[in-house]
Amino acid sequence: MSNFSSIAYYIPELILVILILSVIVIDLIPSLQDLKFPVAFIGLGLLALALNLSHGVKASIFMDLIVVDPFSHFFKWIFVLATASILLVSRYSVEVEEENHVEYISLMLMILLGLFLMASSTNLLMIYLAIELVSIPSYILAGMKKNDRASNEASLKYVIFGSFASGLMLFGLSWLYGISGSTNILDIHAALLTNGNQFLVYMSLMMIMVGFGYKISMAPFHYWTPDVYEGSPTPVTAFFSIGPKAAGFAILIRVLYTIFTNDGSLNATSPLYDVNWTLIFAVLAAITMTIGNFLALHQENVKRLLAFSSISHVGFMLIAFTVIGTEALTALLFYLVIYFFMTLSAFIIAIFIKNKLDTDTIDGWKGLAIRNPLISAFMVISLVSLAGLPPTAGFVGKFYLLAVLFRAKTFYWLAVVAILNSIVSLYYYFKIIKSMYFLNEEEEVSSEPLEVNPYVKWTAILFSAQTLLFYFYWTPLIEFINRSLSFWNS
Amino acid sequence: MNLLESYLVISSILFSLGIFGIVTRRNAIAILMGIELILNSANINFVAFNRFGGMHKLDGHIFTIFVIVLAAAEAAVALAIIINLFKNAGSVDVDEANTLKG
Repeated sequence: MSNFSSIAYYIPELILVILILSVIVIDLIPSLQDLKFPVAFIGLGLLALALNLSHGVKASIFMDLIVVDPFSHFFKWIFVLATASILLVSRYSVEVEEENHVEYISLMLMILLGLFLMASSTNLLMIYLAIELVSIPSYILAGMKKNDRASNEASLKYVIFGSFASGLMLFGLSWLYGISGSTNILDIHAALLTNGNQFLVYMSLMMIMVGFGYKISMAPFHYWTPDVYEGSPTPVTAFFSIGPKAAGFAILIRVLYTIFTNDGSLNATSPLYDVNWTLIFAVLAAITMTIGNFLALHQENVKRLLAFSSISHVGFMLIAFTVIGTEALTALLFYLVIYFFMTLSAFIIAIFIKNKLDTDTIDGWKGLAIRNPLISAFMVISLVSLAGLPPTAGFVGKFYLLAVLFRAKTFYWLAVVAILNSIVSLYYYFKIIKSMYFLNEEEEVSSEPLEVNPYVKWTAILFSAQTLLFYFYWTPLIEFINRSLSFWNS
Repeated sequence: MNLLESYLVISSILFSLGIFGIVTRRNAIAILMGIELILNSANINFVAFNRFGGMHKLDGHIFTIFVIVLAAAEAAVALAIIINLFKNAGSVDVDEANTLKG
């Protein structure tokens, strides 16, 4: 489709661009400076409206650089919800200084634009640009606390690991371009079917997986995750734990299913040229979840613990790539939605504790059950869901993922590793619960009630209540995911 | 050896030098230089494939221009971060950036 007629399909992103500019302009007018957050929320509301109107549309726009399809639509909802809720709690966070608010909001919205493009790009150039559009503002956000040494370090580690991974990915993309003669992923698939060889396909796949694996913090590219999560301001950490990860999965699914399968679409049944990437992903999934869980065991810092826990959840989600087929993708997207709710609610409560008590160690949470019973109860629900026990949606998500393996009758050893890992994970999630609820006799803690800002409280409660809701009734979600599993050309 | 191959050899050498620099250097700015070498090796690949690989469109050349622009943006952000770390820690040695660990 030509550039001019594409604009009609590009309205959500255009609203976003206008929103970014207007937030920056509003900050320059002294009498309007307090309106930054309200304007951002109104803009995100309009964006959600435009997104809702583009439901079910399929088109390839801007000379096939990006597409609009139900698949990208699904991910765009996750990104918008994540950004809106994080902006809401950041407004009341002590870690984001008032004088930095305009930079904070506009960088966050720029990342949102990059995430939108990541979920919808079908061209190697666009994939690279989208990943960099997400990465570069993320480096700045991680170092938002300018005078805090931990924050400086977090952003230094992020920028070094990030640009190294994207450099390796770029090298892989250049080889992919060289062997296929095109930057469009559909053309690449067609070219590889007629003239390609297994070695070159393997090599470029490996290089590309470095870049994507770094975005979703898959082992062995997870080294940056704990340090960056610990050093960044907590609202930024919460955003990193869901936004870029979901986008990484979106782009991974699109590239793997379009380029590296026999059929080049979601109906594919086997890998291209017998390049056995399902086995690679099985091994990586096992390594990722084991590393995440075992390193989380001895953590004393809640943010660091949640970072390792997010690595182990990524390991779980990678199980879906060991089987090719829409069933596996349904399980993956379902788990992603559940993960979104449980991890965000846990992080929002961590933000609240950081605001009130200025601590992020597990010991600092002692006696929270007396000081604010409501929030602690919902924190318990989120943690139980993260551990994957009934009656929470975490259990349903894990069940779907493991069912994929059993139905395809492959990789039983991976299922065993996954179940053992969920048992190990109980220990560190319950360490937090123990700190909140149980005190030794000689320990003295303040029993003064902790007031919560109503917005923060209700966001946390709403998100952790979702994990209960989806345990009892998840049919609409599965139906929505099944409808979303369709690329623009199918 | 034909022309395409010789360019690919040069780019592979640059790529390896970049990796070597990142792995061995402890100075944050030297590591950034290694990353630039990797990006430029990919650029050489793109241009060489486009010119000598029998391709009709100019995709590779355009890709290179975008990569150059992005590399500049990335270097600007990375240098700002390194300067900020230098102000707080008094050093740009990555081994001394060790407050976060565990």
